[in-house]
Amino acid sequence: MSAPVLVLAWGNPSRGDDGLGPAFAAEVERRFGADIDVLVDYQLAPEHVLDLGGRRRVYFVDASTTGAPVQLAPVFAARDATFTSHALSPGALLYIAALVSPTTLPDCRLLAIRGERFGLGEPLSAVGRANLRRALGRFEADLGALTTCARL
Amino acid sequence: MTTPASKTRRIAIDPLTRVEGHGKVTLLLDEHAHVTQARLHVVEFRGFERFIEGRPYWEVPVMVQRLCGICPVSHHLAASKALDAVVGAAPVSPTADRVRRLMHYGQVLQSHALHFFHLASPDLLFGFDAAPERRSIAALAAELPEVARQGVLLRRFGQECIRLTAGKRVHGTGSVPGGVNKAVTPAERAALKADLPQVLAFAREGVARIAELYGARRAELEAFGTAPSGLLSLVGRDGRLELYDGVLRARDAHGAVLLDGVDPARYREHIAEGVKSWSYMKFPYLVSRGPDSGSYKVGPLARLQNCDFIHTPLAEAERAAFVAEHGGRPVHAPLAYHHARLIELLHAAEVIGELLDDPDLSGDDLLRKGPRATEGVGVIEAPRGTLIHHYRVSPDDLVTHCNLIVSTTHNNQPMNDAIREVARTHLDGHEPTEGLLNHLEVAIRAFDPCLSCASHALGQMPLHVEVRGPGGALLGSRTKESRG
Repeated sequence: MSAPVLVLAWGNPSRGDDGLGPAFAAEVERRFGADIDVLVDYQLAPEHVLDLGGRRRVYFVDASTTGAPVQLAPVFAARDATFTSHALSPGALLYIAALVSPTTLPDCRLLAIRGERFGLGEPLSAVGRANLRRALGRFEADLGALTTCARL
Repeated sequence: MTTPASKTRRIAIDPLTRVEGHGKVTLLLDEHAHVTQARLHVVEFRGFERFIEGRPYWEVPVMVQRLCGICPVSHHLAASKALDAVVGAAPVSPTADRVRRLMHYGQVLQSHALHFFHLASPDLLFGFDAAPERRSIAALAAELPEVARQGVLLRRFGQECIRLTAGKRVHGTGSVPGGVNKAVTPAERAALKADLPQVLAFAREGVARIAELYGARRAELEAFGTAPSGLLSLVGRDGRLELYDGVLRARDAHGAVLLDGVDPARYREHIAEGVKSWSYMKFPYLVSRGPDSGSYKVGPLARLQNCDFIHTPLAEAERAAFVAEHGGRPVHAPLAYHHARLIELLHAAEVIGELLDDPDLSGDDLLRKGPRATEGVGVIEAPRGTLIHHYRVSPDDLVTHCNLIVSTTHNNQPMNDAIREVARTHLDGHEPTEGLLNHLEVAIRAFDPCLSCASHALGQMPLHVEVRGPGGALLGSRTKESRG
């Protein structure tokens, strides 16, 4: 049975702060165990629409290069013009899900964690680690408001 | 890049989908404004080989998955195969062979499904000059939701094959030097078998769809970016299409066999890597033909034409039809890659069916070892083409040498040639137009390149095109972001 909350994070742990998403997912898994489903991938792809079904909330988690250290924003289905790249945006994923999967879309949020260094073989930077801690705090506060989540 | 849309506000997060690299194309003109050369540049060097060297060999099959977010399983298996030789385990046990094959064919199936449904279909269905918002999987889902749904389900089936053999959908650890660390249980086999009829049906529909699309525009598509080259791939020892393990075969542009039955461990006797000052991506060529005329294609189109037959009946019927449609002549049209890719997708589904009926898939002889060696080469046919991993390992288990030749690197010169041919047709004057960039993208995309893998680059795949005159003067340029 799927947990009502899914954390879907992506990035490459061997590319410095690109691994912020996977690092965030690992920490969520450690703190919440089976109460929250955690999924890590290199990128968003069309088959992820099948992971959305039956959820109350989905957090998409990725690294960012600009903006606030941590950004949390709602995601809505959007027919964006993603092409050429193999990767999808969260909005495009929801758009596709609404068309090809007969499930009610969950409440979705994008959590962006700003990184600083993305070189091959680099560890998380000090800035990235600090922002990761902020992101976990922001996530837990947001999750706390989801009082109807039965398994939390 | 993550760019969520919101009814109330938007946040833009800069490009960070760091899996494909970025492309820059320079078109060189002569004094008559004729395109003499096209250069697909890779402008950032990341040093994957050095990333591997110095590591314990047993870490490598897991580490190399992080080289590429597009086909990590191919790197996982190529590294394992290379290191089988180092631990004295070649050949691995029948169970290890079957488990790895299931992982590999699952990877091929899901990768080809993504390419066709996500990247190629919008081009073919909606036209090369369609607006960016129509050339996306979102448009496909809106206008042909059943096709998009089939793509999603094919992808998921392939991912399940990977998950059940590698342990996880990503960052799996199933294959190790000397074998595998788990077999597939009867319950897992039954679960996959239950979905197989639907997968086969979708795969057959996909082949029919591409054949129809291609057939309807045959003259146009066969002239698009076509440039002859050699062909290289693994084949089975009996000449069959073989994606996991076999011997190297190469043909010239006319189909004549140049080399055959070559042990992949001896690749360096037959393949050399040229370098050019303007790109970090190397230019492999067949030693026997030299750097000027020894370039070759790899990937589905090369494999389909290099083999003598496909041992699975549905795909063989499609291969025979493909060959007959072209009068038995070698096909070099980049867009024919799409047709070949779908035939391989069908083949992968059939092979998965065979493997699920093979009792060795659930055996308990998982790992073997024997006398240690200091060197190993692993060659596999990744979704995009031949992938070579070559390692030397010291007595204290550390990798002292690593050489990787990935599919996109093999295809480097053919991609440049295709770009040149497209530019000759679609460059009007000195200024690159939106239409030119659209057509260049279509040509590049047909090869399904992964520039990150090939070039060790970081970033998305926006396309920047420059036009330069005989003296190198910049005559015009244009950039197209990957989000249109």
